[in-house]
Amino acid sequence: MEHLLQVEHAVRKFGGVTAVNDVSLHLDEHELVALIGPNGAGKTTLFNLLTGMVPVTSGKIDLRVDKQTYDLTSKNAVQIADLGLSRTFQNIRLFKNLTVMDNVLTAMTNKYKEGFLTTVFRLPSYYRTEKEMRAAAEKLLDIFDLTDSQALLAENLPYGTQRRLEIVRALATQPKILFLDEPAAGMNPEETADLTNLIKRVQKEFGITVLLIEHDMSLVMNLAERIYVLDQGELLATGTPEEIRTNNKVVEAYLGEGEV
Amino acid sequence: MQIVLQQIINALSLGSIYALLALGYSMVYGIIKLINFAHGDIYMLGAFCAYYVISLWHFNFIIALLTAMIVSALAGVVIEYFAYRPLRKSPRIAVLITAIGVSFLLENGMSYLVGSNARSFPQVMEQVNYNIGGIVISNIQILILATALILMVLLQVTIKKTKMGRAMRAVSVDPDAAELVGVNVNHTISFTFALGSALAGAGGILIGMYYNQIDPLMGMTPGIKAFVAAVLGGIGSVPGASLGGFLIGILETFFQSIGLSAYKDAVVYFVLIVILLFLPAGIFGKNTKEKV
Amino acid sequence: MKANLKYILSWLVIMIAGFYLINALIMVGVIDDFIENMLVTIGINIILATGLNLIIGFSGQFSLGHAGFMAIGAYATAIITQHVSTELGFIVSLLVGMALAALIALVVGTATFTRLKGDYLAIATLGAAEIIRNIINNLKITGGSAGMFNIPQLCSWPTVYILVCLTTLVLMNFIRSKNGRAIKAVREDEIAAEAMGINTTKWKVAAFVIGATTAAIAGSLHASYIQTISPSNFGIMESISILVIVVLGGVGSMTGTFLAAVVLGVLDTVLQNFGALRMVIYAIALILIMIFKPSGLLGNWEFSLKNLGKHFGKKERG
Repeated sequence: MEHLLQVEHAVRKFGGVTAVNDVSLHLDEHELVALIGPNGAGKTTLFNLLTGMVPVTSGKIDLRVDKQTYDLTSKNAVQIADLGLSRTFQNIRLFKNLTVMDNVLTAMTNKYKEGFLTTVFRLPSYYRTEKEMRAAAEKLLDIFDLTDSQALLAENLPYGTQRRLEIVRALATQPKILFLDEPAAGMNPEETADLTNLIKRVQKEFGITVLLIEHDMSLVMNLAERIYVLDQGELLATGTPEEIRTNNKVVEAYLGEGEV
Repeated sequence: MQIVLQQIINALSLGSIYALLALGYSMVYGIIKLINFAHGDIYMLGAFCAYYVISLWHFNFIIALLTAMIVSALAGVVIEYFAYRPLRKSPRIAVLITAIGVSFLLENGMSYLVGSNARSFPQVMEQVNYNIGGIVISNIQILILATALILMVLLQVTIKKTKMGRAMRAVSVDPDAAELVGVNVNHTISFTFALGSALAGAGGILIGMYYNQIDPLMGMTPGIKAFVAAVLGGIGSVPGASLGGFLIGILETFFQSIGLSAYKDAVVYFVLIVILLFLPAGIFGKNTKEKV
Repeated sequence: MKANLKYILSWLVIMIAGFYLINALIMVGVIDDFIENMLVTIGINIILATGLNLIIGFSGQFSLGHAGFMAIGAYATAIITQHVSTELGFIVSLLVGMALAALIALVVGTATFTRLKGDYLAIATLGAAEIIRNIINNLKITGGSAGMFNIPQLCSWPTVYILVCLTTLVLMNFIRSKNGRAIKAVREDEIAAEAMGINTTKWKVAAFVIGATTAAIAGSLHASYIQTISPSNFGIMESISILVIVVLGGVGSMTGTFLAAVVLGVLDTVLQNFGALRMVIYAIALILIMIFKPSGLLGNWEFSLKNLGKHFGKKERG
């Protein structure tokens, strides 16, 4: 087992409902993988399991970084975030009343040290750290074309821009794996195309692994190196975009729904 | 054994009054998510109303009780209309401060009008002590318990069986949806205030009979204790509020009887915190976790 | 870097100028004992309410137990300075009160913030404060329910002034930093904050502990200036009156807290002339302000020299 992230037989039950049933998958370094499936297939629940927001009922989730294996099922969301797993949310969870800049800076909280005394008495090292953080944040904002909006409140941004800011915020934690939950939802085709390029670029530039949930098939087929298909909580198929496109089971269960 | 039973009787009388007050807190909180700080002062209004009708017009207990309940209900509706309704869409903490303002107004307005001295509550009936196997129970205690229990049952029936009760439940779950299906939200909230305030008014006359003494600031401490009781039981829940009221009454009486009366408040709050740590939404409260 | 220094110096100048202004007004007799007393009360209320605003307005946690921590500071000062009646004794008592309040806040906060939210948390903090008060009420060293008298007056208005400046400086700089952003993130969205690796409980407790520590400072000043304290000074009503200042000024605006503390302080002084009607008018004023200005006097607007500079810069250019 030398995968970056290895999930074995993950199960999550809510009362009598099994939202995720015996799912095994893996992610390797520098991969761009998609997770698809009809509504209610358990994709977001799986994200919640991987990021520690919801505990697994049973199963194993192991992360292997720097030749060390971490059992993620015994860790909480904060610890998992610190290990380098970051995410966005399907229903956008920005810090609405903070500025765009502050949203990004907030995500860097654990990466920079600012002591209590240095902060409250504004010692030189406080200004140094702030400057470093801002420079790093500006770099990220620039990639996503958000430099001009940095002083606006997050809640005042248009919908598509909010989604992009969420990705910037997740990147600011310097993740090893980035989970994107429907990053293109609510975007027009043009915006989606832009986003596709951005995700590709960021994945290359930062050398990270990306797992994304998406309904927009053009984006998935363009981006993903591998695809996992989830249906009714179970893993239905896995393979390259080409394999998935021609997989009969997938076509039946998912693409057969009407929209291709 | 006799002492224990005796204390239980005392605890139940006190607890039933806390429960009556806690019910009002719980209902108002359930429907507009407001800690109605002025609720304890409505109970003071009820007590004073009873005081005047009994000493001036020599009303009997039932009529005095009804008068106190009606006057309190009116006061509750008026307060909601003028002080809380304009803030329906405001931050919750703003409404809370308004409620505190109303509480100050009632306490100090009453002090200004009638003086801040305590006055003795007129006797509605001759106190008769019954001795049953060594346990002394007075007719007043029986009356308090019976009245409180009857009112609680009536309330439960109102909420569960009547159209208005159904509207109350609907508004407390989702006011917007309730409005869409034809519930008059404003009327329902007014009705809830009337109901809760009437119970507080009843509590006021009962406490007057229990302690034989009333004053304009009498609502403060029991008000806070009753709110604690409502939280303990699970705020928004009718059986929870009753249970919480009785629990606080029992705890207080118990610690008083074992000679810890100086520390009774500390112990009550300590028990409260411990219960909340294990049941963060109170005993009957539903613990809702935010969806990711 | 240079610009930063400019703002630091400007603030320093403003603080010193304020000091000399009050000093001069006392000298020429505009500020008499009565007004000085009012100013000190306002100062103490500012310390209390800015600390509570950090908890309520910035970390988004509802605490109703602020007076309990104030009591700890007040009694630490009363007890220690009665034995060591020197300036040094006062400073030691101030630090002891702060440390004790911080410790208790740490214990209470760690226990309650992990599990409780909103009104349940408010009731738990209220309970904690009442427990503190109940214990003070029964101890011998604190003078029981009668309280303590003849506490040596070791602080005067300059002490209060300096501590108002110092606590405000610490709070504002704390809020406008990495720490402050983390605390605000917890207020905005706990789930998202956790996904960013922010330990929500830790930051909530941090805000609570800092708030409690400043409350202890205010308590020490109160005890030493007023010279008489009793457990009834630190009840629920005191916690509520601090809350009123915070909400009236605007939850999340420290400038608003300053303004509200001043407005209420002056209102209270003016209303002294109305005798029994005083509290009635106060109550009506409170209700009316909330009805017509539900987000408080200043909402979440914050005064800043930087923005002021920009504002005037624009005007000159335009």
